[in-house]
Amino acid sequence: MTRIDRRRRVLPGFGLSLGVALTYVAIIIILPLIAMGIQTTSLGWDAFWRIITSDRAVATYRVTLSAAGLATLFNAGFGLLMAWVLVRYRFPGRRLLDALVDLPFALPTAVAGITLVTLFGPNGWYGSLLEPLGIKVAYAPLGIAVAMAFTSIPFVIRTVQPVLEDIAPDIEEAARSLGARPWQIFGYVIWPLILPAFLAGSTLAFARSLGEFGAVIFIAGNLPFQTEVTSLLIYIRLDEFDYPAAAALASVLLVAAFVLLLVTNSIQIWAMRHARTD
Amino acid sequence: MHAPTEPRHYLLIGLAMAVSAIFLVVPLVSIFAVAFSRGWEVYLGNIIEPATLHAIWLTVLAALVCVPINTVFGIAVAWAVSRYDFRGRRLLISVIEVPFSVSPIVAGVTYLFLYGTQGLFGPALQAAGIQIMFTVWAIFLVSLFVTAPFVARELIPLMQAQGSEDEEAAISLGASGWQTFRLVTLPNIRWALLYGAVLTNARVMGEFGAVSVVSGNIRGQTNTLPLQVELLFNDFNTVGAFAAASTLAFIALVTLIVKYALELREGT
Repeated sequence: MTRIDRRRRVLPGFGLSLGVALTYVAIIIILPLIAMGIQTTSLGWDAFWRIITSDRAVATYRVTLSAAGLATLFNAGFGLLMAWVLVRYRFPGRRLLDALVDLPFALPTAVAGITLVTLFGPNGWYGSLLEPLGIKVAYAPLGIAVAMAFTSIPFVIRTVQPVLEDIAPDIEEAARSLGARPWQIFGYVIWPLILPAFLAGSTLAFARSLGEFGAVIFIAGNLPFQTEVTSLLIYIRLDEFDYPAAAALASVLLVAAFVLLLVTNSIQIWAMRHARTD
Repeated sequence: MHAPTEPRHYLLIGLAMAVSAIFLVVPLVSIFAVAFSRGWEVYLGNIIEPATLHAIWLTVLAALVCVPINTVFGIAVAWAVSRYDFRGRRLLISVIEVPFSVSPIVAGVTYLFLYGTQGLFGPALQAAGIQIMFTVWAIFLVSLFVTAPFVARELIPLMQAQGSEDEEAAISLGASGWQTFRLVTLPNIRWALLYGAVLTNARVMGEFGAVSVVSGNIRGQTNTLPLQVELLFNDFNTVGAFAAASTLAFIALVTLIVKYALELREGT
């Protein structure tokens, strides 16, 4: 990454731009994180451990992790399909479909929440079809997964798409001329190239799902031990003015987010090294 | 890219379109369908309801405050990171990404522990008679946190790809730093900048979890639109909630249209 010409700093504004950036990052991003760190550490290890391993908290981890896992599985499959279709085929409405992918990022989570619960509720367009089949989505664990899946739809698509676009057609033609079948070309040529982006996108989708609040609370039912996610339990503790518990639980989500961020970054670094040796 | 030729191509396209219809198109349409289910007059009545109007005003105000600030920040970070090499450059890029991966609820909690009465600055603020938590200021601050990465994320890859040759040429021809930025850099990055600002705007207006924690939810005073949507929905005023939600869905649509238009310009 070190380019010699950057070091010469011929362009003015280094002090100004970096000064503005660092001051802002310190005040808006780092300071609140430090405040929460202080609040959490002042709890002491025993109290902290008791809160984060309480039965109700552990139940929220189980609910959150399983729903996020299910949502990520859906998005891994759907994301790969969408990225493939959008990059590979020319068909009417392709650009429209491409633009639509960003809807879950542009639409506020609360709006997504009330929309999904209305659609999947007993009288909704989808619910009235699914409930006679015995499939309960709204106010059930499956509803949480649906809400998480909706809000993280763009991640896999938007990370895989540019990589897929960059694959030169001649690699595939070489494979084809050597007698590879379409599935072999995908499995042995394309898949290894898009795997890092695919994993990074899936990790991002999973991370987003773990912390999701707005879309989930409307559809979840929010029953302790059954359909209560961790972010909701934090909110409930705040409502009860139980700030130590809120701090401890929030730190669990924060650490999970940092770990997943680290995983994503490692995948990207691994991918870059991978690309360089090619 | 090619036109589909074999059955499996059509199958894949059909599957992608079907799932997109179920999870993207129908939800979007249903927002407006419910909002207008009792006709135009009821819809307009719901929008000009004083509490909803006030929420709209507060939401617009938050955007007016936060979008310019985070646009300036985004430009500053992108300039520093893409034009110079310095120690901690990669760390700075990672730290900017933090708000993007933090749960909105956790974002709200961190601000509560900074400016709340029991927080780090709580006692000092109280002594000075300044109330930040549960006021509009808390809404502004937490919205700034949540949307801090958006403009920078759009600008950094673009400015790194463009390189600094244009700016260096301008400087060597005697342009001042400010002239170089205004006449050379800004025209090069204006579309990415616009899209970053539009994304920031959509998120500021739509932020729910973080704002929910710090706003205190005082009806008609610190309720932004997403909170008003929740309030109406929990009051079993479904049509009213969807009317308020439709304004946010409209903003989301505008955001998508801007992106669509910018991509057409690029001709990708």
